Amino acid sequence: MADLRINFAGIQSPNPFWLASAPPSNTGAQVHRAFEAGWGGAVWKTIGPPVLNVSNRYGAWHSGSNRMLAINNVELISDRPLAINLREIRDVKRAWPDRAVIASAMVESTPAAWQTIVRQIEDTGADGIELNYGCPHGMSERGMGSAVGQVPEYCEQITSWAKAAAKIPVIVKLTPNITNIVLPAQAALRGGADALSLINTVNSIISLDLDTLELIPSIGGKGGHGGYAGPAVKPIALNMLAALGTDPSVSGSGKPISGMGGISTWQDAAEFLLLGATSLQVCTAAMHYGFRIVEDLCDGLKNWMDSKGFATLADVRGKSLHRVSDFQNLDLSYRAVARIDPALCIKCNLCYVACNDTAHQCIDLVDKTGARVQPCTWDPAGNGREEAVSTRPQPRVRDEDCVGCRLCYNVCPVEGCIRMVEEPSGRESVTWQTLVNTEPAITNDWEAMKRYREAHGIDIH
Amino acid sequence: MLKTLTEQFPPLSRHEALVEANRCLYCYDAPCTHACPTHIDIPRFIKKIPTANLLGSAQTILASNLLGATCARVCPVQELCEGACVLGAEHKPIAIGRLQRYAMDHVYNNGIDVFQPGPPTGKRVAVIGAGPAGLSCAGELARLGHDVTVFEKRELPGGLSTYGIIVLREPVDVALAEAAMIARLGVKIESGVEVPRDLSAEDLRARFDAVFLSVGLGATPALGIPGEEFILDGLDYISQSKMNLPELKPHPAVLIIGAGNTAIDCATIAKRLGSGRVTMLYRRTENEMTAYPHEYAFVKNEGVDFEFLTLPVRVLTDNGAVAGLECVRTRLIPHPEPIPGSNFVLPAQQIIKAIGQQKPSVGAALGLATERGFIQVDANLRTSQPAIFAGGDCIRARGAASTVMAVQDGKIAARAIDKSLAEKVAA
Ligand SMILES: Cc1cc2nc3c(=O)[nH]c(=O)nc-3n(C[C@H](O)[C@H](O)[C@H](O)COP(=O)(O)OP(=O)(O)OC[C@H]3O[C@@H](n4cnc5c(N)ncnc54)[C@H](O)[C@@H]3O)c2cc1C
Ligand SMILES: Cc1cc2nc3c(=O)[nH]c(=O)nc-3n(C[C@H](O)[C@H](O)[C@H](O)COP(=O)(O)O)c2cc1C
Ligand code: SF4
Ligand code: SF4
Ligand code: SF4
Repeated sequence: MADLRINFAGIQSPNPFWLASAPPSNTGAQVHRAFEAGWGGAVWKTIGPPVLNVSNRYGAWHSGSNRMLAINNVELISDRPLAINLREIRDVKRAWPDRAVIASAMVESTPAAWQTIVRQIEDTGADGIELNYGCPHGMSERGMGSAVGQVPEYCEQITSWAKAAAKIPVIVKLTPNITNIVLPAQAALRGGADALSLINTVNSIISLDLDTLELIPSIGGKGGHGGYAGPAVKPIALNMLAALGTDPSVSGSGKPISGMGGISTWQDAAEFLLLGATSLQVCTAAMHYGFRIVEDLCDGLKNWMDSKGFATLADVRGKSLHRVSDFQNLDLSYRAVARIDPALCIKCNLCYVACNDTAHQCIDLVDKTGARVQPCTWDPAGNGREEAVSTRPQPRVRDEDCVGCRLCYNVCPVEGCIRMVEEPSGRESVTWQTLVNTEPAITNDWEAMKRYREAHGIDIH
Repeated sequence: MLKTLTEQFPPLSRHEALVEANRCLYCYDAPCTHACPTHIDIPRFIKKIPTANLLGSAQTILASNLLGATCARVCPVQELCEGACVLGAEHKPIAIGRLQRYAMDHVYNNGIDVFQPGPPTGKRVAVIGAGPAGLSCAGELARLGHDVTVFEKRELPGGLSTYGIIVLREPVDVALAEAAMIARLGVKIESGVEVPRDLSAEDLRARFDAVFLSVGLGATPALGIPGEEFILDGLDYISQSKMNLPELKPHPAVLIIGAGNTAIDCATIAKRLGSGRVTMLYRRTENEMTAYPHEYAFVKNEGVDFEFLTLPVRVLTDNGAVAGLECVRTRLIPHPEPIPGSNFVLPAQQIIKAIGQQKPSVGAALGLATERGFIQVDANLRTSQPAIFAGGDCIRARGAASTVMAVQDGKIAARAIDKSLAEKVAA
């Protein structure tokens, strides 16, 4: 059985799954129940100066019948008195010595304010401190949250203030609302951070009400940008995690990263681990389904690790990072074509219309004899299931014209029906980087590119 | 008791409609559209449901099928659209009929008229028979601006949708609301007029530029057995159940002669009225039954019994009331032949026959060529007389007849009539 224990910058946890700093970790009673359900740790809902919250503070993005692919919120940090939060953090840590209890904090940008909060947190016995530089709304207008996270210099400075006071590990939580995530990460490390976590929520407006023309959610007729999280942000989070994992200064620092942003299943979790995360935080999925989801997160991850022969999480961590590449290093001679399995195909023609209207017009509809048929050409007097089903054409890819763009693969509703099959291109491997060096002319002269294509048998119709 | 003879399916709730509509894959050149005899662009109307564009959804349906509200309820969808749905093979096909009803209910419940009459052309067309074929043709012609009068021999319009399709599938109101919608397109519906009794071929020729015959089929044919006068006509029985339900009474034992869809409907009514034993008699076996498999399964579930390989011989009466039916067993060689000496009696207080409908007589009366008793037409539904077109059950010499096919005939004929009228003007 795979071992899910982790050591995160010295913080021990029986499994990598922590509640992210958010409503699920708002009170001692909640965190207590989460630990009973099996969570390995919890990052307490951010504590700091007094705030007041508003109603209708969560919006959500639904798609079709799938609810809450993302949540957006204009919630502030904890609106419960600091003293109560500190007392409950202490009580929970005492009751659960084997779990990771981390306090998230955000205070005014002065050394004194940070030193005070750090000391207060350490007095609770918490295992670590997470500096919230990410909150994109409300707190940023008061010079905190993403107002700090978006300026690497502030990030470095505040980290160093906190570090100056702290004996327990300091984790810096990064905001994704920035062009290059590596810069604040490097700044945090310069400031002495023991670990990084990412991502906080993404700036967003969820939608509008077409009856009232108000924003959704409407807070007394108004609304504004809120923090976006949940399954829909996972690709953004993975990209930022990979950016840190492939940056020599960040990965070379050896500081662990707590990954989050859209983790809902053990599969999501495994992907974050493969791109270098050590611990994993979850908010939206718990808000959608409750604390019970941790059982499958652990169980599924363990079973997968066993099936892959990974004994510990250290075996998994960062295993796919070496595959993260810039475009210029991809093999331009790699060729894949779409292959449809007629036995699985349900003949919905979604691949056909996608390819025909918006890709490379290389899927034909063919009848039983293999002859091409035009779509929408049935007889208006024809009718009935028998006739419709028996005359239904089959989509077929013309290999020689398929550029392997993968659009049909993505639209096909049947699992495994379309595969992208590697085909020898007959050309030697070459990257754009190499061509820049060996054939510089082709990078800015279409005639030169034409000669190059002809010489190498590259035909684009 | 009455409660059980109401529309079988409730309307979909908004939530049910959303979940179902979202399941649809939005196939391209979709097989469901191909299989629908009127070729409604099904994925298009379904995709408009979750976006709350119900008016657009209804428009999409009605553009191909003016009687979309009836069809949504009565179509044998397993054999048509839903039977061809790509999700049918391994999962559940999309409930196309019920989604169609959802969109149709929106316009009918809110009194929305989707189409307007076209600019007047000055051309006059007579439609004979206000069933689905006639109303469809009349509505399409009115949309094209022609001046249309429908002559209907019965009191109410709608044909079998009004009088013949049991309430479980279609309440009378639905058919009448559709006829009223067609009337609002400028179509005049004159009921109580039978052709040629009240309106001769000469009158039609003199008053109209073209004629569409949509007279359907006739009454149930005779069995030719002693005591037949005691047997109820299944079509009358069903029509009573829609128009005058309190007049129908349950009986301890009811026999239904026939095993087609009409027979099944009669058996369903008898059972739901509270009759004791309801038995369907068929001279062949289960394998030759013309009823749709889903209908057969439905009626077995209702608790109806079957006597296969059974032929009625004579009605037994007691003091002028039905007491039973003497029958004889048959064997298939391959036609059913009575087995001598195998006679037996099935006790019953009520006997209903549902053994098909007689061929239309109007065709011959108007001097039109016929095919196996049905009115003969070409691909444009033109009869042997150039100004007379025909469609619906009265031309359906082959295959199963259905409402939606009658609607499509009306549409095809309307286009052909419109074209022929335009040609006349040009000539
Ligand atoms: C009991 C029963 C149940 C059925 N159930 C279904 C079902 O569930 N689903 C389905 O799709 N199909 C069903 N059908 C078949 C369907 O009802 C018919 O295919 C459809 O109604 C045919 O339409 P039509 O317009 O051709 O004829 P009809 O509906 O028969 O209409 C013909 C009209 O013409 C009138 N008429 C006739 N002769 C004259 C005349 N000489 N002058 C003036 N008017 C005249 C009649 O009174 C009638 O109103 C059922 C049929 C029956 C008998
Ligand atoms: C309603 C809500 C409130 C949040 N509050 C905080 C907070 O107080 N402090 C913080 O650091 N992050 C906060 N977050 C961000 C989460 O901790 C987490 O970074 C983000 O939701 C991404 O993870 P997820 O996709 O699993 O939800 C909040 C998120 C949500 C949805
Ligand atoms: S999308 Fe997939 S299932 Fe649909 S027609 Fe294409 S290959 Fe077949
Ligand atoms: S008209 Fe009938 S066959 Fe056509 S889509 Fe509607 S329910 Fe299906
Ligand atoms: S075949 Fe089924 S899934 Fe495809 S468009 Fe028609 S109803 Fe939708």
